[in-house]
Amino acid sequence: MTEAGAPLLSLVVFLPLAGALAALALRSADAARWLALGTTLATLAASLPLWTGFDRGTHAFQFIEEYDWIPTFNIHYAVGVDGISLLLVLLTTCLSPIVVLCSWHAIDKRVKEFMMAVLLMETAMLGVFVALDFVLFYVFWEAMLIPMYLIIGVWGGPNRIYAAIKFFLYTLVGSLLLLVAMIALYVAGGHTFSIPDLMGQSYPAVFQFWVFLAFFLAFAVKVPMFPFHTWLPDAHVEAPTAGSVILASVLLKMGGYGFIRFCLPMLPEASALFTPLILALSVVGIIYGAYMALAQTDLKKLIAYSSVSHMGFVTLGIFVFTVQGIEGAMLQMINHGITTGALFLCVGLVYDRTHSRQIADYGGLAKTMPIFATMLVIFSLSSLGLPGTNSFVGEFLVLLGAFIARPAYAVVASLGVILAAVYMLWMVQRVVFGEANPKNGRHPDLNLRELATVVPLVLAVFWIGIYPGPLLDVLHVSVNHLIEQTQGNGGALAALSWSEIWGFVRSAFLS
Amino acid sequence: MSSIVLIPLLPFLAFLIAGLFGRWLKERAHWVAVPAVGLSWVLSIAAFLEVAGGAPIHVTLYRWIGSGSLNVNISLYVDQLTAVMLLLVTTVSTLVHLYTVGYLHGDKGYARFFAYIALFTFSMLMLVMADNFLQLYVFWEAVGLCSYLLIAHWYERKSACNAATKAFVVNRIGDFGFGLGILLAFVTFGSLDYQTAFSAAPGHVGQAINLLAWAGGDWSVDVITLIALLLFVGAVGKSAQLPLHTWLPDAMEGPTPISALIHAATMVTAGVFLVARLNPIFNLSPVAMDVVAWTGAVTAIFAATIALTQNDIKRVVAYSTVSQLGYMMMACGVGAYAAGIFHLLTHGAFKALLFLGCGSVIHALSGEQDLRRMGGLKSAMPITYWTFLAGAIALSGIPPFAGFFSKDEILWQAFSAGGAGVALWGIGLVTAFLTAFYSFRLVFSIFHGRSRVSKEAAHHLHESPAVITIPLMVLAFLSLTAGWVGIPAEGLNAISPFLAPVLAAHEAAAPAEDHAMEYVLMLVSVAAAAGGIALAYLFYVRSPGLPARVAASAAGLYRLSFNKWYVDELYDAIIVRPTVALARGLWRGVDVLIIDGAVNGVGRVTQAWGAALRVMQSGQLQHYALFMALGAVLMVGLYLLG
Repeated sequence: MTEAGAPLLSLVVFLPLAGALAALALRSADAARWLALGTTLATLAASLPLWTGFDRGTHAFQFIEEYDWIPTFNIHYAVGVDGISLLLVLLTTCLSPIVVLCSWHAIDKRVKEFMMAVLLMETAMLGVFVALDFVLFYVFWEAMLIPMYLIIGVWGGPNRIYAAIKFFLYTLVGSLLLLVAMIALYVAGGHTFSIPDLMGQSYPAVFQFWVFLAFFLAFAVKVPMFPFHTWLPDAHVEAPTAGSVILASVLLKMGGYGFIRFCLPMLPEASALFTPLILALSVVGIIYGAYMALAQTDLKKLIAYSSVSHMGFVTLGIFVFTVQGIEGAMLQMINHGITTGALFLCVGLVYDRTHSRQIADYGGLAKTMPIFATMLVIFSLSSLGLPGTNSFVGEFLVLLGAFIARPAYAVVASLGVILAAVYMLWMVQRVVFGEANPKNGRHPDLNLRELATVVPLVLAVFWIGIYPGPLLDVLHVSVNHLIEQTQGNGGALAALSWSEIWGFVRSAFLS
Repeated sequence: MSSIVLIPLLPFLAFLIAGLFGRWLKERAHWVAVPAVGLSWVLSIAAFLEVAGGAPIHVTLYRWIGSGSLNVNISLYVDQLTAVMLLLVTTVSTLVHLYTVGYLHGDKGYARFFAYIALFTFSMLMLVMADNFLQLYVFWEAVGLCSYLLIAHWYERKSACNAATKAFVVNRIGDFGFGLGILLAFVTFGSLDYQTAFSAAPGHVGQAINLLAWAGGDWSVDVITLIALLLFVGAVGKSAQLPLHTWLPDAMEGPTPISALIHAATMVTAGVFLVARLNPIFNLSPVAMDVVAWTGAVTAIFAATIALTQNDIKRVVAYSTVSQLGYMMMACGVGAYAAGIFHLLTHGAFKALLFLGCGSVIHALSGEQDLRRMGGLKSAMPITYWTFLAGAIALSGIPPFAGFFSKDEILWQAFSAGGAGVALWGIGLVTAFLTAFYSFRLVFSIFHGRSRVSKEAAHHLHESPAVITIPLMVLAFLSLTAGWVGIPAEGLNAISPFLAPVLAAHEAAAPAEDHAMEYVLMLVSVAAAAGGIALAYLFYVRSPGLPARVAASAAGLYRLSFNKWYVDELYDAIIVRPTVALARGLWRGVDVLIIDGAVNGVGRVTQAWGAALRVMQSGQLQHYALFMALGAVLMVGLYLLG
């Protein structure tokens, strides 16, 4: 374990919280906006040394901080990052200033409270990614729910209460199961909540089964995997732009992160056992999500369903247990965060002008808003996985990893790539091309503030698409170690069989 | 670093400048693009000479993706095959850049257009210079993107947008196969580098994989054949072969310069290039070779039958392109890769010429594309006429024009392959007859006879400016001479020996040294072409009433040809509409009804329970006492029964 001099991670995690507390003292909306922007930028700046100082040669957690928290139950405040969590931390710190900027004028009531919610959200999300103690993880995990619930429920659209409650209940069910699983691991793992310690042990097969089931429901809702996805379109449609961006860019990554961080290393046999089910749900999600996107008339719903399709690639990549698959899944998570976040930003940009999300209300934006149109086309091309953009690298690695281990799934998943071209280009054609839609009159093109929200994402799209090496370099060692863990902890994979589980269930309930 | 880096880099820089600063450059965008592509052409000649005199040039730029055992570089690799492709791409691109200056003068998308064709030129150059499958794939999709953006150049027109989306999606379907082919190649050969894969391939001959393993079934397929066929699916899409040809004719919605550059001379030939480039893999699978050959042959004659009756001049040339690409595929399929590439080169010259000639006519007639409203333009547009005529002669295969030598080489190679090759030759010969007929139908309908031009258009009728006619003349010169590098006689054929290090002739295709037979076949094919021209003369000059009478007497066949064999209608009925209907049905049926129904149902049931149980909390002691008593009775009862 490497030691860090300054408590860098704690600084990154709690800076937004400090900003939120400071905002309490403010009166004016503008002051709150600037404070939020300043805080998120400061957090971004504070997170950069993590990137430069990260040792790419070790799989051990780095920038570790550890203090006793509740000694009675052996609970610690412990944080640290490896290659996998580092990228997600940076994704979060990079996107947060954009989230603040895109709400600048779009949010005009209770601005201070909104900015506080965004900042609290950032602390909670960062905390989830860096926590090395399960209780700490759970606290952050639950803490995410509240600001997000408020962002949708207070600043959302007309049907916001339904959407907020649906979001809350869906994820709460998962959370409760997560709590149960966590306590079970605590008991079985020798009374520790330390995530590295829990990873280093092997658990009885049947025990793994139950814990996995609990984890699976918690994470599958977050991803979201088919058929646990129906909260997502509603949440997106009702959420303000900032809420959609946070949801798509970071919140959906919690599920994938959970699978990678907990299921694979701690429960390798159960992971292998559930693999066929998860792979099947993944490819169904890829195809089904794409079909759903094809049927939508609302821009946000279309993008929400495309998320279901894209996130199917993440779970597919994770559960094929190959280097390419998992590295591809990680990249796909980052890429999805960038591209889908950007697409929601784009919808927000035109929604602010026209107050419509209906595709039929648009058309001819290439003529009336050429800069915006260019941006939308770039992100759409990225979303459909065009080579040269970020998404291609991730999707290709996932498909390659899947093809090596499970070719049939890769073949079906590839069909999703065709469908992605169909629904994205069809959307582009109806929104960007054609004669200018008289319903929308003339609107000004993007201003400087709006450009500042999308241009960094355009650069990221091409950077990762053309030169993904730096990101992959951060991942290699951690992912290789992860694969060793999945194969090493309990000996051979798939030592657990369904008949064994069935036998156990029968003996427990039916005798 | 070698100067070949500049060959793709210059067009790329032109793209960046024209793309980012187009709003300020406006009508000056060609100041950036034309010199960049021109310089790239000069450097390509230098690269060609360097390769001609020695070993291939290989520059690795950087490592693009490394993950596990996968290692993919972005590289520039120039061997003999790439060298001739570089010449073709930069030559046509430079001429088309020049031509565009005149053709799109005053268009509001002027700078955008130059940005995109510069990007296209860059992508196409990177495609032919790839040294691995994945780079090939990347730029394969990138040229597809440029094609998409350029077809949609006039984005206000719904038909243009539809055509663009269609082009992209149909190519994606092809790329689905291509992508799987790459994955299977990696799993089989352990690397995506051409050279590693090529040297590993012979070791996998005879190896089979079970396609139904996932379902517990057994369907073993030769792995090399499967790789070759999957890769070929990509080629079918890009080179508009049956059954994925439907996008190319629609792509004519784009401005004519890109029809010439992308949809005739360069991008659509990428499929042929792919098969030729990967010949060490294709050669190992006789099945795949047969599929390539027959796909090409059937496409060639199929598209030619459609070209006979179309009235839009660009569509005639587009179907002709599909047909000629079929020839090239057929050549590759019989192992005569050099002949295929030779035809690719000469076709690049004369087909670009024909498109640009069409463009010149359309430009002069203020946008008219229907040959029923043309005629008699010869005197008004002499340069366009004579150059177009040169292109038509070359396409028809009349010596000493370029098309004759390359097409004849293909027919001869097919014939001498023996067996089914003779049938391929027969199809090729009939196609040659049809080709000559529709080519001269165009020439006669546009330039000869009585003028059917509308008064309005006739008023503006003019020969095009020099910036348009000069590229026409250069291409006409090439259409005449480009074939002379492949004269089928001892010592005169330069192209096959030049390409031999890359395209070592497939054994089965090594032609018998039977020159007498070769010359007889040559006469037969020239006679077929001459017959086609004579028939066109009869139909469209001597007795102009004849075509209508023929069409009426064979109404069924005519409608089949005129409606393009109803392939679009078929796809619409069995693929497009069911897909959209399924999507809507799934959404309403599964997502809204079943899943959300269940979720909301749980909510409602919980609420209902809550409401029901609330009644019990009445606050009256006698109710609680009653519940307690009932509960006690229930438990005692259960205990006694149990």
